[in-house]
Amino acid sequence: MDIQITEQIIIMLAALVLLTAFAMLVQRKIYGLISLFMWQGIFLALTTAFVGYIAHRYHLYISAVLTLLLKVILLPYILRMLIIKLKISREVESVVNVTSTMLIGIALVIFSYQLTAPIRQNSAFVAQSIIAIALATVMIGLLMMITRRNAVTQIIGFLAMENGLFFAAISATYGMPLVVELGVAIDILIAAFVFGIFSLHINTTFDSLDVDKMAQLKEDY
Amino acid sequence: MKILPYILELVQVLILLVGAPLFVGWIRRIKCWLQGRKSPSLFQPYFELLKLFSKDVYLAENASWIFRFTPYLVFGITLLIGAIVPILIIDLPFSTTADVIAIVGLFAIARFFTALAGMDVGTAFGGMGSSRTMMIASLAEPAMLITVFTVSLTSHSTSLSQIVQTLTNNGILATLRPSFVFSLWAFLMIAVAETGRVPVDNPDTHLELTMIHETMLLEYSGRHLALMEWASMMKLFLFISIGKAVFMPWGIAQSGQLLAIPLALFFLIIKFMVIGVILVGFETSLAKMRLFRTTEFLGAALLIATLGMLSYFILE
Repeated sequence: MDIQITEQIIIMLAALVLLTAFAMLVQRKIYGLISLFMWQGIFLALTTAFVGYIAHRYHLYISAVLTLLLKVILLPYILRMLIIKLKISREVESVVNVTSTMLIGIALVIFSYQLTAPIRQNSAFVAQSIIAIALATVMIGLLMMITRRNAVTQIIGFLAMENGLFFAAISATYGMPLVVELGVAIDILIAAFVFGIFSLHINTTFDSLDVDKMAQLKEDY
Repeated sequence: MKILPYILELVQVLILLVGAPLFVGWIRRIKCWLQGRKSPSLFQPYFELLKLFSKDVYLAENASWIFRFTPYLVFGITLLIGAIVPILIIDLPFSTTADVIAIVGLFAIARFFTALAGMDVGTAFGGMGSSRTMMIASLAEPAMLITVFTVSLTSHSTSLSQIVQTLTNNGILATLRPSFVFSLWAFLMIAVAETGRVPVDNPDTHLELTMIHETMLLEYSGRHLALMEWASMMKLFLFISIGKAVFMPWGIAQSGQLLAIPLALFFLIIKFMVIGVILVGFETSLAKMRLFRTTEFLGAALLIATLGMLSYFILE
């Protein structure tokens, strides 16, 4: 394949990752959220494979497959089981003020573009501007964790943040060493399990997944 | 003066006039198939228009000239836009008269008069529909303009003919851009709102509480109603044509290539058939939104369009 076309495809996929991040920010339905997370994983895996192709770093193919297994198949499966267990699969979350949340998201994109300017100057990577997108994805994940109140949604926000980090690693330094990547993958998997158990406990204790309810833990003097 | 471009112009306008009801018939047919019903003829919209044209006009007692004038104006403006948008071939005589911004403006004139006519007779529903239309339009128009600007950043022109020419010259890579992904999404959301399809409005029902566009037509009858209905069918056709010209310009004939026209016509039919299937798929799988959620929907469209413009500067 032509280098130029590959580059164009990588940039397109980066834009799609950002698009899914924004879509997750405003998605109300929890099932929709999980499928968006799945799509983000697919785009991420494709980007990894294409970057591996263009830079001749063949270990990136392995991490692409790893991403596909973990983020497209395993994690969505775990999350689906979790929401079935919690009986919230039909739940529609109230999202406060979509428009201003999205405005903050756009501000974050501009901020990360400015912030990554020095990195972009020193990077040898063909599509350096992707680093800005990666950082923006991390921040939008964080924003999602801040604005949502449902515990499961916050888990998905956290996982989206991790997607952004992984993306940043690929775009800045052609991915992390395979050992580190494997470690992170297992870490994420364990984290998903722990989060799941936590949300089950939150649900049995408070009868709701709204984390605001945890303010009741505070003792009154 | 060369006569050929004007003949082509005429052909294009005829395609718009004939194609718009046919496309609506196609949409209804797929919808029937999807819902397991037996569908009416593909030409049913023509029969409906014919029936309306042959009926007498009933005017309300206190209808002013605006009410009688509006159907002709809306129909005329829609035809004019049809002469500007490159549906089949670029660089038609009319295409230099107006760019995309002017097209948005022309749509606005048509909408303005429709809203006035809705209020003219003084029924409660007409006024309600007018206010709803204006609310949606005030949000959709800026989003539409930003989408247009984003696309014209690539081709350095706001003229639709120029955009099509630049994109087809640059090959398949030209539309494979991040800013186009965002713009396409924003454009789809706006087109749905502007042409009154599900999830913003439902063209098939006459349920007073939810309808938007239909409320303004309630008082119309006979040929006036026929013109208004025909104009709204053409509006749908035109919005798809604009989207087609910008986001998938392949197959539109270049200027002066007469031999490419049959091929362009073939591509046109294929694209419209596919778009019809996609449209029906969306309409069947989505539920209509509450009215007050449309502000959020269109706000999101505006922000996605803005994001598209940003991504042009960040990524390209």
